[in-house]
Amino acid sequence: MKSGKKVLMYAGIFAVLFIIYYAFGHPFFNGNRLTMFVCVMALSVTILYYIARANGGAKIYLRTIPGLKAFDEAVGRATEMGKSVLYVPGIMDMDQVETVAGVIILGHVAKMTASYETNLNVPVSRSIVMEASREIVKESYMSVGRPDLFNDDMVHYLTDEQFAYAAGVDGIMLREKPAACFYQGKFYAESLILAETGNSIGAIQIAGTASPSQIPFFVTACDYTLIGEEFLTASAYLSQKPALLGSVKGQDMGKFIVMIAIVLIFILNGFHDLGWIDIDFQELLRVQ
Amino acid sequence: MYTTEIIGAWFAVFLTLAIFSFLYKDNPFYKAAEHLFVGVSAGYWASTFFWTQIQPNLFGRLWPKLTEEPSGIKAAWYGIYDFFGWFHEGIFPGGGIDKGHELNLFYLIPFLLGIFMLLRLSRKLGWLARWSMAYVVGLAAGLRLYGFLNSNILAQVRGSALSLFDGWGTAINSIIIIVGTLTGLFYFFFSKEHTGVFGKISRVGIWFLMVSFGAAFGFAVMGRISLLIGRFYDLIQFSGSQYYHATYWLLALIVIILGFQAFRERGRSTEEA
Repeated sequence: MKSGKKVLMYAGIFAVLFIIYYAFGHPFFNGNRLTMFVCVMALSVTILYYIARANGGAKIYLRTIPGLKAFDEAVGRATEMGKSVLYVPGIMDMDQVETVAGVIILGHVAKMTASYETNLNVPVSRSIVMEASREIVKESYMSVGRPDLFNDDMVHYLTDEQFAYAAGVDGIMLREKPAACFYQGKFYAESLILAETGNSIGAIQIAGTASPSQIPFFVTACDYTLIGEEFLTASAYLSQKPALLGSVKGQDMGKFIVMIAIVLIFILNGFHDLGWIDIDFQELLRVQ
Repeated sequence: MYTTEIIGAWFAVFLTLAIFSFLYKDNPFYKAAEHLFVGVSAGYWASTFFWTQIQPNLFGRLWPKLTEEPSGIKAAWYGIYDFFGWFHEGIFPGGGIDKGHELNLFYLIPFLLGIFMLLRLSRKLGWLARWSMAYVVGLAAGLRLYGFLNSNILAQVRGSALSLFDGWGTAINSIIIIVGTLTGLFYFFFSKEHTGVFGKISRVGIWFLMVSFGAAFGFAVMGRISLLIGRFYDLIQFSGSQYYHATYWLLALIVIILGFQAFRERGRSTEEA
């Protein structure tokens, strides 16, 4: 049996068992969170199904994202100019999804800098991010056979304080004049300060964040910006690993289901307003 | 007016003007302020973390204040505490830490994970730090899944239950929100090529996104202007006679020194040419 179908079969068995368990009074289960439970399970099964299919050899298409294509160009430019690459993985800790994504993308950038023998500078603002970044950069340099080019100081701590960190990174930019600046992670008000300084030194800048309030600043001051989910899919795009590509496809399907739900709720709510049906959708979807 | 307050005002003015001097170019004043800011804040954060998290929330739960004389295993446990207290009584005061917590040995897990992080300094045991990192990342992923599903998916779907029959204005607003949400979601489809009808719909989504980014940009710039006004307010206040005209004196000093430096650099570059 194909692995995708296997996932569906197990999910079906689990669903039947759960329905029986629920029908018999569902002890130890918080009934108020049924909607959330169904959503988590549906999304997980969708993603697992496509991961299994991708691992089984099914071809998954991923559209071109200009910002990601520019990664290679940016590192190549820095190499040609004999200057360094600056990578900022945001200002938050590893408990933020964006920081995790930023550190994973750092691994890909580090592979490029190792291959091109270009200097990489990664100032960080959290101790755990520093450790994780060092690990991933070291691994990247080893994977392309250049452990001799790696040193711990490539990834260095500045400070936890938001604007002190921004001032420190600005100072690095002005003194080292990197040819390429990457801002990939979770950012707050320091985003424009960093991007403006990078712009003033003429560096090619690629930003990526899922913080909606900071995207406009990056769009204004950077050459390329990965907005929202584009940034979170970057690792799948850069690595082309089947499991990651499968998860992107699964998330797309999740979005499609959400879109259908939005249209349905919008129409049915209209019927509710007209008094044709008696279901309060606001209450139905409320999770406690 | 106290002398310390006046000195503080002069420092505040100097550091503000030093940071503002970045608008001219990188210069010794900016460098001084930057290094001071980075260094002081790093030290401040380390100290704050220790005294607001590690000491009260971790040690305070492992060795809370004793209400009676301990015996057996508990006495041995507090023996370890007394040993630590021998090194630093401020961190480990006699009889336990009084922060209103009960003894909770589950906190040995974060204590151990913290020690693993410190073992990064050891070449042989550095690999243990990966356990701590894996714990943080894994825990965050699990916790965030629930939060994101609730706020980004269910709340969004719930929010689409918009009214169509509360007048024309409301109906148009509702339709714009629904069209914006759906076309925006179309743009974030990655496994399908954005061509034909799909491409046109996703382009509408980009317009919606750009309009929202523009609005967010304007809003944030207004916030920044209010921060700038705050700094100017302080500079104006410190230019008064009770602060011995700190702003005027320091502004003049910085301008003269930067002007002199620029003049020298210009002379040097002319000589080199």
